[in-house]
Amino acid sequence: MDAKETKAHIVGYPVLLAVWAALLGLTWLTVGLSGTGLGSFVIVAPFLIASVKAFLVVDYFMHLKYESGFFKYILLIVLGTVVVVVWLVYQDVAYRY
Amino acid sequence: MNGTQSAHSHRDYTGSKIGMWLFLFTEFFLFFGPILLYSIFRFRYPQAFIEASRALDTGVGVFNTVLLLTSSLTMALAITAMQKNKKGLTLILLGATVLAGAVFLVNKYFEWGAKISHGVYPGGEALAGNTDGGAIFYGLYFFATGLHGIHVLAGMCIIIVAALMVHEGRINSKDFVKLENSGLYWHLVDVIWIYLFPIFYLIR
Repeated sequence: MDAKETKAHIVGYPVLLAVWAALLGLTWLTVGLSGTGLGSFVIVAPFLIASVKAFLVVDYFMHLKYESGFFKYILLIVLGTVVVVVWLVYQDVAYRY
Repeated sequence: MNGTQSAHSHRDYTGSKIGMWLFLFTEFFLFFGPILLYSIFRFRYPQAFIEASRALDTGVGVFNTVLLLTSSLTMALAITAMQKNKKGLTLILLGATVLAGAVFLVNKYFEWGAKISHGVYPGGEALAGNTDGGAIFYGLYFFATGLHGIHVLAGMCIIIVAALMVHEGRINSKDFVKLENSGLYWHLVDVIWIYLFPIFYLIR
């Protein structure tokens, strides 16, 4: 049991502060891009930036980076499900309208 | 169960965290539905969605985003502090996390209040008879941010319970998986806001 517990990775304060700074920087960037009238880029860019922010939170704040491979695989299954559901729903919407 | 010295105490950190992650995935799909709906209607009613979004105050949205990101930082710092056996610092950081959550909800209260007082809410007079998509935008806005608000409140309760357990020593530098799982929940609430913020306040 003890061996399992002492293995826990401790993420240092500076790393967490750097991630926080990056998150604030990306928020500043996405707000700056809002309403700039760059066509479909205005829709895609916020989603891309949000995904980078979500990745930073999941990887560092939620410690996914330091977890075993199993956690990463189940996340991949979730993301794969998202892709399939989006594809199916968009097919259906395209068919109806 | 909680005896940290007992050689017979059975704890499975990995199993405990897998359970939490699986639960968080179901939570993720709960919010994925409304976000998917948003994307479909955004393409159907682009102009109405842009106009409805412009009626929301980006400043409040940015302030709330910074609040939640910072509360996620204090939560992550609290776990590091606990692992380093800094009990006092852990409690201060958890207190800061709960405080940020509370301020977030107060902002949301005033934001919702201003909209509702103008009749902008599902079934409200300002949206009655609206057929151009504005009512759909605000329907999704109130549903998604309301559901998120409930999660913020739940997260605050969980962190308060975790803080009490830290205070009592039931969560300590050797047995902190309950604090980690509380943190995971709080971070998920933050991740969801990371997506809700741009779709309602920025895509215009």
